Amino acid sequence: MQRIKYSELRSTKKLWSLVVLLAGFVAAAGATVLYIEHYGHIVTGMNNQIVWGVPHIFAIFLIVAASGALNVSSIGSVFGKQAYKPTARVSSLLAMALLMGGLAVLVLDLGRPDRLLIAMTQYNFKSIFAWNVLLYTGFLGIVAIYLYAQMARGVHVFALKTAGLVAFLWRLALTTGTGSIFGWLVARQGYDAAIMAPMFIAMSFSFGLAMFILVMIGTCTMTRRIYSPELRTRQARLLGIFVAVVLYFTAVQHLSNMYVSEHQEFEKFILLNGGIYTAVFWIGHVLLGSIIPLVLLFHPKLDRKRYLVILAAFLVVLGGFSQLYVIIIGGQAFPLEIFPGYEVSSSFSDGVINSYTPSILELILGFGGVALALLVTVLGMKFLRILPVNLSDDNVEPSALQ
Amino acid sequence: MFEKKIKGADFHRREFLKKGAALASVTLASGVTLMALSQGAAASANPDIRWGLLIDANKCPSDCSACISACSNEHGWENTGLDTDPQWIRKVTLKDKNTGHETSLPLMCQHCEKPPCVDVCPTGASFKRADGIVLVDRHICIGCRYCMMACPFKARSFVHEKIEGQKTSSPRGKGTVEGCNMCVHRLDAGEGTTACTQACETSGNGAMIFGDLNDSNSEISLALANYPSVELRDDLRLNLGVRYKNI
Amino acid sequence: MRTLFLAFFIIFPISFIGSLAQENSVNSMFPNVPKAIGNPHPEGNEYWRINHPDLLRHDRDKVLREGERKIDASIKQCVTCHAVFDEDSKPVKADSEEFFCSTCHKFAAVKIDCFSCHSSDPDINFLKEALTQDNPNSGVPISQLEMMRAYLLEKAK
Repeated sequence: MQRIKYSELRSTKKLWSLVVLLAGFVAAAGATVLYIEHYGHIVTGMNNQIVWGVPHIFAIFLIVAASGALNVSSIGSVFGKQAYKPTARVSSLLAMALLMGGLAVLVLDLGRPDRLLIAMTQYNFKSIFAWNVLLYTGFLGIVAIYLYAQMARGVHVFALKTAGLVAFLWRLALTTGTGSIFGWLVARQGYDAAIMAPMFIAMSFSFGLAMFILVMIGTCTMTRRIYSPELRTRQARLLGIFVAVVLYFTAVQHLSNMYVSEHQEFEKFILLNGGIYTAVFWIGHVLLGSIIPLVLLFHPKLDRKRYLVILAAFLVVLGGFSQLYVIIIGGQAFPLEIFPGYEVSSSFSDGVINSYTPSILELILGFGGVALALLVTVLGMKFLRILPVNLSDDNVEPSALQ
Repeated sequence: MFEKKIKGADFHRREFLKKGAALASVTLASGVTLMALSQGAAASANPDIRWGLLIDANKCPSDCSACISACSNEHGWENTGLDTDPQWIRKVTLKDKNTGHETSLPLMCQHCEKPPCVDVCPTGASFKRADGIVLVDRHICIGCRYCMMACPFKARSFVHEKIEGQKTSSPRGKGTVEGCNMCVHRLDAGEGTTACTQACETSGNGAMIFGDLNDSNSEISLALANYPSVELRDDLRLNLGVRYKNI
Repeated sequence: MRTLFLAFFIIFPISFIGSLAQENSVNSMFPNVPKAIGNPHPEGNEYWRINHPDLLRHDRDKVLREGERKIDASIKQCVTCHAVFDEDSKPVKADSEEFFCSTCHKFAAVKIDCFSCHSSDPDINFLKEALTQDNPNSGVPISQLEMMRAYLLEKAK
């Protein structure tokens, strides 16, 4: 068993074409932001009824995945699973990159992004959003230190373990904060649930690992480096467990909400007669995002096939977007129940299901965030020794691969 | 020597009368000053006041929207029916699902004592003034719209496009969030009422009473004490500044 | 090479010094700040040039958060005394280069955000008051004063 070696990516035409492609997406998103900032949000599909739209779906997905992507490092340092250690650097880099992408989308969708400095200096600490600003920026700093500890020579094991533990606890706080954005809203029937915070933690495990697997397979394929099939299978099975946990939390969330008779209309809306929201929930989130990946990832033969692992991870990502679509948009589409027992109508869309048609600008912005995350990852791997060179089955710690 | 030496009891009586007169004049003077302040001069946010509104749904005809037009004119916003148009106050038509009884009433920011929008604002732009008015400080609003997600009454609007020709007393601009501010510029100038309430009086319906909830002698406090009224979404226990009668 | 040397070290300084020694002691590059009506600020122009950002920020919090409006800090008052009228007898808007704040802010390339929300039109009541305070030596052109009075009459209808 050889020692794992890391090296920068070689400068090939393929690599630079990928960088140019990603940079193109980022530039398009930048142009979109300038356009939206100049003309105002009227050019987007968001309005006074659906105030958070596609950009927020992308942003929250990326942020939640960022915290989960760090899992692989944590399993290595904090939980001592040696087999995961070779991929720890990729995990840390990806965590930072995904968070940067998510934050970029979130901040650039603000009504006044020029006031970001105010958001970073004036805080109302009763607001979970304010805490999130600190948690997100702190995460970047802490993971940077952690990555340094992972990469630098002569770093004491204790320092590495401490950095890993701090990063792990910080990301739990961060994901709790992200889930609480919705969980602490008393006004809407689709939110106001304490389960949102742990559910988001489960989602982070699932989305983060799915993104990690996709990035690992992608970069290793592109650079013709080995990604140990045994390790990959192991990580794929772990993803299966996380997907199951998310499905569990989703079930508990909806079952609990159904018990509250004043929320039953909302649950009926999401689960039965909400049109697109029902379709996205059952087909996007449950079927494509949970059940099919579970079959693929737990099947004794299928989970060894690389292309099926890719498919499963991709479906998990799709399921994640579906879940966030139902949570964010579905939660806003259902009208506020201000006058229980009355049929309500007004000139401000009271009592009606609100409709939302995302504009192409919001999609460009969202994809620009994903592109930014991937760009940072690729450039990070190009200039730093992040990706292992000889991660074959023989070089992975055998005791962990039963 | 024109005065006899003042003896014990006389001395104390005289002192008491002097002090009493001084005290009385000081009290009266401050009372007179306060009255002057509340009537004409600009008043600062007084924590002893809590501004509130009482709306009688029975007196609100379904075809009247005087309050909406008045607020529109006062603050310079207009709702043309687009989902992106602001609406600081709106007429809501209610139909009882069981009995079929219809009623209508205006709905605006309820100026909660424990506003969820203030709790969730990351910069503190959404804040509650000392006299109970819930406002947006548009200088530091970053336009995140979290307060709009948090409001149980959908009271706030986001400004989706560039605004020109603002009213001088009601600055508003693209990218920030806005809502009913109880005509704070009028209150600070001592006018003691809002545009919507005034319009309702002028229209002859008189469905709205505006005043100081902390003053037990104000018209609104007397009305609240003598007739039953409700808060919307009272299950949330936000202790609203706006109350409704006859719904 | 020698020609360049000559040009740079002799002709350029002369023209620069020449620009300084003009009839009016103001450098021709300095913006032409329009004169204002009404009583001048007691603290003087220099004080206001240096401190107006802090004063504006402090006063806006006093007004907005504390409701303290007696401090003579309304932005309506600022734009009223410092109003500039154009050839069509209309008050100049904030995005124009002739707007009072813009004359310096465009020169200094510091973008101001106030008038994306605040109206830049003069307020009628303050304008009435300011015109009575007018100091005939303030340097405001007669044409401007006439346009202001016409504006008042028009708005009074």
